[in-house]
Amino acid sequence: MAEIGRLVRAPQARPWLTSVTLLRTVIVLAALVGWQILAVSGLLYRDVVPPLPKVAAALVKLLSSVDFYWNLWFTIDEIAIGLVLGGLAGLVTGLVIGSNKFIAKAFEPYLYYIGPTPKIIFFPVMIMWFGAGAGSKIAMGAVSCFFPIALNVAAGMRQIDQVLIKVGESFRANPWQMATKIYLPAMRRPVINGLRLGLGVALIGTLLAETKISNRGLGFVVIDAYNTFNMPRLYAILIVLFVLAIGANALITRLGGLDEIKQK
Amino acid sequence: MSAAAVTARRWAPPLVGFGSLLLFLTAVEILIRVGAINRYIVPLPSEVAASFTRVILEEDILHRFLITAWECLAASLLLTVFGIGIGVAFHQVRLLRLACETWVAAMASAPLVLAYPLFLVLFGRSALTIIMMSFLVGLPPVILKTIEGLSATRRVLINVGRSFKLTSAQQFWKILLPSALPTIFVGIRLGLMFALINVVAVEFLINFGGLGQLINDLAERYDLPGVYAAICFVMLISVVFFVITERAERWLKSAG
Repeated sequence: MAEIGRLVRAPQARPWLTSVTLLRTVIVLAALVGWQILAVSGLLYRDVVPPLPKVAAALVKLLSSVDFYWNLWFTIDEIAIGLVLGGLAGLVTGLVIGSNKFIAKAFEPYLYYIGPTPKIIFFPVMIMWFGAGAGSKIAMGAVSCFFPIALNVAAGMRQIDQVLIKVGESFRANPWQMATKIYLPAMRRPVINGLRLGLGVALIGTLLAETKISNRGLGFVVIDAYNTFNMPRLYAILIVLFVLAIGANALITRLGGLDEIKQK
Repeated sequence: MSAAAVTARRWAPPLVGFGSLLLFLTAVEILIRVGAINRYIVPLPSEVAASFTRVILEEDILHRFLITAWECLAASLLLTVFGIGIGVAFHQVRLLRLACETWVAAMASAPLVLAYPLFLVLFGRSALTIIMMSFLVGLPPVILKTIEGLSATRRVLINVGRSFKLTSAQQFWKILLPSALPTIFVGIRLGLMFALINVVAVEFLINFGGLGQLINDLAERYDLPGVYAAICFVMLISVVFFVITERAERWLKSAG
């Protein structure tokens, strides 16, 4: 109805080939051609930069093997458990720190400053605590994602509109209701952002741990390809990993955004 | 409120924080001594504290620290030069930015450090692998923040430059870059932190170089108190590094 009486521009057919698409295509093609020339030139040792058909074949072989999906499942399992454990711990810590100024001043500096330290150095300790199997990888994921989630939730708590909190209090909501009905919905954005960052670091923590000591998982597939000097396979698994990680990141961002549209 | 009360209010939280940490460590110490925690899995905190001097003196920690610092420095120089360079190019050539900015953002969310075995093949088991890996991981934030800073230059400033008939080079050096500098520094700081994290991580993973290798080494020798002490040491260094860059960023913002 709002469109009535307003001049609306006729929907233009978007040109199929914009200059941006053209430039992107040119860059990708140039990269591929440059790669292929480098591969067949013999400038580098054989297979350091394998010819494209070899990489493509390795990619097809990887994606059509049962082994790959078994390892993928194993890694997803580890990351998911790590994310749940670290995420819940981070959520609770963030809620406690964000709701009390004194506690925040006492403990947040430790989280804030330890957050950006390299987590992989805890791996030897995690092996001691949880063994060389899945336990230590799950712990790496959990430790990695705990910090960004806790810090984001705490920051999110502090920026909630005081009116919403007053509304909850005037309805005499208990702490659980306050958390689930007022706090968490009001800080969806920082929580989702924390989750996004948390997933990123949990992924890195788990996979790096798998490359160090393990006999399963995608991290193991990476290091196994390296150890057997199967370069096409190494490139293929890295491509798959990057696509999966970028996809997961985009998915969380998208889901976070979709929620927003629904609420409007 | 009296001065004493103000001081008490200010110092109470950090004291409680630090006190809880000491209390926690004491509890761990007691639990290990009574046998509730296996001391072959978690060493006594007092033993860890005692092994600090041993690790520092016997493991040549200064030398290792310098190796790690040097790798970080090299990576950060590369980061700054290429990150700002690419960012400026993206800002100047709009088409390039439209085509590639999302790629850089996607690169930032990919676990690039997983490519370290590939870098081992390309550059060998050397400092170059560590430097190049850390450089690549730290690059996206510098590029993205450079673009952001340059595009956020206030219209008024650009118009001032125009009215003085500045050439495009002058416009860039006198107006755009100074105005974008605080934002660019945010990117450099992020890049530096990623670089430090990855230098230590790759050192640990490929067992080569400075502090990261030390932890791996001590773990392989099953020197548990040493491992814990070395982990504390590395964390301490990254915290100091983090605080320094944070101060620098604040100073730059207040100066700009």
